[in-house]
Formats: sequence, structure tokens, C-alpha cells
Amino acid sequence: MAGHPLALQRYALAVLSHIGLIVAWHLFVKLGDVPKFVMPSPYETVRALLVPNYRWAENIAVTGTEIFAGYILAVVFGIGAALLFSWFRWLEMAVMPLLVSLNMIPKVALGPLIIVWFKYGIGPNALMAFAICFFPIVLTTARGLREVEPDLLDLVHTLKGSRWQLFTKIQLPGALPYVFSGMKVAAILAVAGAIVGEFLGSDRGLGYLMLQVQVTLDTAAMFMAVILITLIGVVLYGIVLALERMLVPRDARIA
Amino acid sequence: MGEPFIHLAGVRKAYRTRGDALLAISEATFDVEAGELVSLVGPSGCGKTTLLKILAGLHPIDSGEVRIGSPAQPFDPSRDIGMVFQQPLLLKWRRVIDNVLLPAEILGLPMTQSRARARDLLALVGLKGKEELYPYELSGGMQQRAAIARALIHDPKLILMDEPFGALDALTREKMNLELLRIWEEAKKTILFVTHGITEAVFLGTRVIVLTAGPARMADNFRVELPHPRTLEMKTSEAFGEYTRRIYRLLGME
Repeated sequence: MAGHPLALQRYALAVLSHIGLIVAWHLFVKLGDVPKFVMPSPYETVRALLVPNYRWAENIAVTGTEIFAGYILAVVFGIGAALLFSWFRWLEMAVMPLLVSLNMIPKVALGPLIIVWFKYGIGPNALMAFAICFFPIVLTTARGLREVEPDLLDLVHTLKGSRWQLFTKIQLPGALPYVFSGMKVAAILAVAGAIVGEFLGSDRGLGYLMLQVQVTLDTAAMFMAVILITLIGVVLYGIVLALERMLVPRDARIA
Repeated sequence: MGEPFIHLAGVRKAYRTRGDALLAISEATFDVEAGELVSLVGPSGCGKTTLLKILAGLHPIDSGEVRIGSPAQPFDPSRDIGMVFQQPLLLKWRRVIDNVLLPAEILGLPMTQSRARARDLLALVGLKGKEELYPYELSGGMQQRAAIARALIHDPKLILMDEPFGALDALTREKMNLELLRIWEEAKKTILFVTHGITEAVFLGTRVIVLTAGPARMADNFRVELPHPRTLEMKTSEAFGEYTRRIYRLLGME
């Protein structure tokens, strides 16, 4: 395989650039003599994990739950709504413009309201993640379901194919690349939604922990929290990518 | 000889757009015998695609008569039409063989037999060994061959082709013309072939129907008395030139 060494080279370079960033970070802190409360070194950042008071495992679990719960809800309801739109044209005509308008609301601005209505905790923060990732999923899925080649419709019609056959064999698989494109955008947004929710009101989670250690100027713990939040996002994104690889052949994917 | 396989008499079709009636076909009358390969040639907007869609049962007609099938050649509109379009329109997420099987799935045909038939058809159109590839791994010409195999999978009596080689480069197109003739002779189907290529129409057709635009109407309908199998050398023959000149004249290009 001629392409194989090249792919390996590409991975190696990607890993190198990540390591390079950490090395640069280390050198910057050490050579610049930067105080720990401004910027901790990579080593000090990792050491923050050893403080038992910070209850890392529990906080990771809380934030992870918020992100995944909000995200999965958004996928289920987003795809579900888009399917209803494609089955009932009048529903799409009535509700779609409304969704486009609602999408203009900065979802983060709803945070204080969510706290008023639902208090704070895992549920409301998951709701925040949901609110922020629902729209890209429903909008891209609805678009994907609309994009059917007219000639393919003719082909199915000449064979007297049913609407269900059209849906399962052509419309739905044809929409999958769009679904995944929306899901990838939403995966990144879900993380931001949950963290903003924790900033606004919470008593647990990595976002909550960041506010706590901010007071004591434990910058290393804040760095660690940001890294862990990012890693949760990477895991979610990775799962979505893996699903896409399984379900959508290469040529049909949308970047 | 009994009734013709396809019979059109005084077919008229107009589209209404904002109150104006756009005449797509003013008066189409022709017969097609079973096993013929009839070329429908004309400029854009002459109603040739509309005519195919009427035959496919996709558009109702305003007046006239369309009959396909005869007591000797029974015709079931849902099972006896195969369609090939200008674009191959293969489903990107299906392997080539599963694309070919799509009509069989929709019609609920037995899958094991259909799968074996799909392999035979892919061999017939020259795609042996490509069954498990995805469409993006095929060239444009190969994709169109797969589309032809898909049109044949349910063993329809009538194949409707709407400028199937229009998007291919000139050399591939010539090659596909020869391939189509070979497939037609082996599969023994009735084919209606829409094109705006005049040499293509004459080269392929046992008969050529010429349509003119503005207003859309049928201008000519003649047999092409060139022997089969057709060869590329025939294109330079005097008789071939006569036929193409006849069409150019009708289309006001001479």
C-alpha cells in the first residue's frame, strides 16, 4: 500500500505538534520564570490531580453526565423533529420558521431563566447543553431529508414504491451525512452549554470546581479542569466520528 | 404482425405556469414494435423528456392515447419499465451490486435470485469484479454501466433512457454506444433512447423519431436501414450521412 506510510507520517506529525505545544508551554513557564498562579507548568497542572479535596472523579462524572445527557436528548429530539417535518409538510411550514427565529436567541442568555424555572443541578445544566445543540441537529437533518434527487423519486415512482420504501432506502440514508455534520457541530456546543450552565449555577462539576479554585488562585487546578472538560468533548466527538465512519461511506461524508 | 408494443396517438401535453399554458408536446403519434431501439432526437425543450415521463406513467396526458403492451406482449407498468437518466444517480452509501438491486428490493423480488442476476448483469455491462466497490470508486462511464444494470435487474420489457451518455466525454460516449448496442442485442429489450446527439440517434436507432421545439412537435419518424451489428465505420458511410443530413435539415441547421 503506497498510501500507508504517508498516513502514518501524518499521524506522527499530528502527535508531534501536540507534544510540541506542551514542550513550548513548559519552556515558556520555566525560562520566563512565570509565577505559578499566572500559569502553572504542565507538571504542576497534572499534580493538581493529587488534591483529594477537588474530587476529580465525581466532578468529571457530573459534567460528563450533563454533556452526554443534553447531547443525546438533542440528537433524539432533533432528529425526531426533522423526521416529523419531512412526513408532515404543513408542520414544517409552520414550525421551521419558528425554529429559525428561536435559533437566533443566544442560548447562554437563557441560563438565568433556566435556574429560575428548574433550580440548579445536573438536570438544568443538561437542559442548557440540550438547548444549545438541538438547533444545529434539527436544521441540518431537515435539510438532508429534503435533498432527494427528483430523478430518484421518478425511479421509485415508476416501480410503484411506497413512501416508506422511499424513506428507508433513499431519503434517510441520503440524509445521514447531514445528520452527522449537525451532530459534529453540536458535540462541540454541548460541552460549552454544560460548562456555562455550571458557571451560572451549580454545586458540582468541573465548571463549578473552576469557580471554587479561582477564589484560592489555584491556577493549576483551573488548567486541569479545562483540560478535562476538553477531553470529555474529545471523547464525545470521537464517538460521533466513529459512528459516522461505520454508517456513512467515505465519499458521502460532509466535512 | 399484431398490435404494436407501444402505441401513441395524438398525444398532447401542456404545462401550466402562472396561467400560461406551455405546450410540451403538441401532437405525438407513433408506434414502437417490441425489440426496437428507437431514438428520440431533438433540441432542448422539444418535449422528449416529457414524452419519456408520459411513457413511464409519471405524467398524465391532456388528450390523445397511450397504450403500452398488447395481448401478445402483456405489460405491467410497475414491473416492466427500467429507467436510465443522464446522471447515474447511484446511491453513494450502497455498493455497486446493492445499487443494482434497488428496484428488486422495491418490487419485493426474491433476493437470492436477484443477487445472482445482478452479478450476471454487472458482467453483461462489463463490471465484473466491481460488485463490491462503492460508486465513487468507479469512473463516470462505469457508473452509467451500473445504472444500466440497475434498469435491467427486474427484467423489464421496456427501457427508457434519458440522454444517458450526455454527461460523458466524447470517447467514452462512443464506447458506451457500442456497449449499449451489444447489451440491447443480448438482453432483447425494447429501448426508447432520448438524445440531442444526431449521430448518436442514427447510430443506435433501428428507428429515429425527430422532435422540433417551439412549438414542440413531431417532425419525422423513419427507419434506419443500417445492418446490425453496427460498427463505427458505418458513421462515415454515405447512407449514414443521408440520415444525419435528414435530421439536420429538419432541425433547421442546414
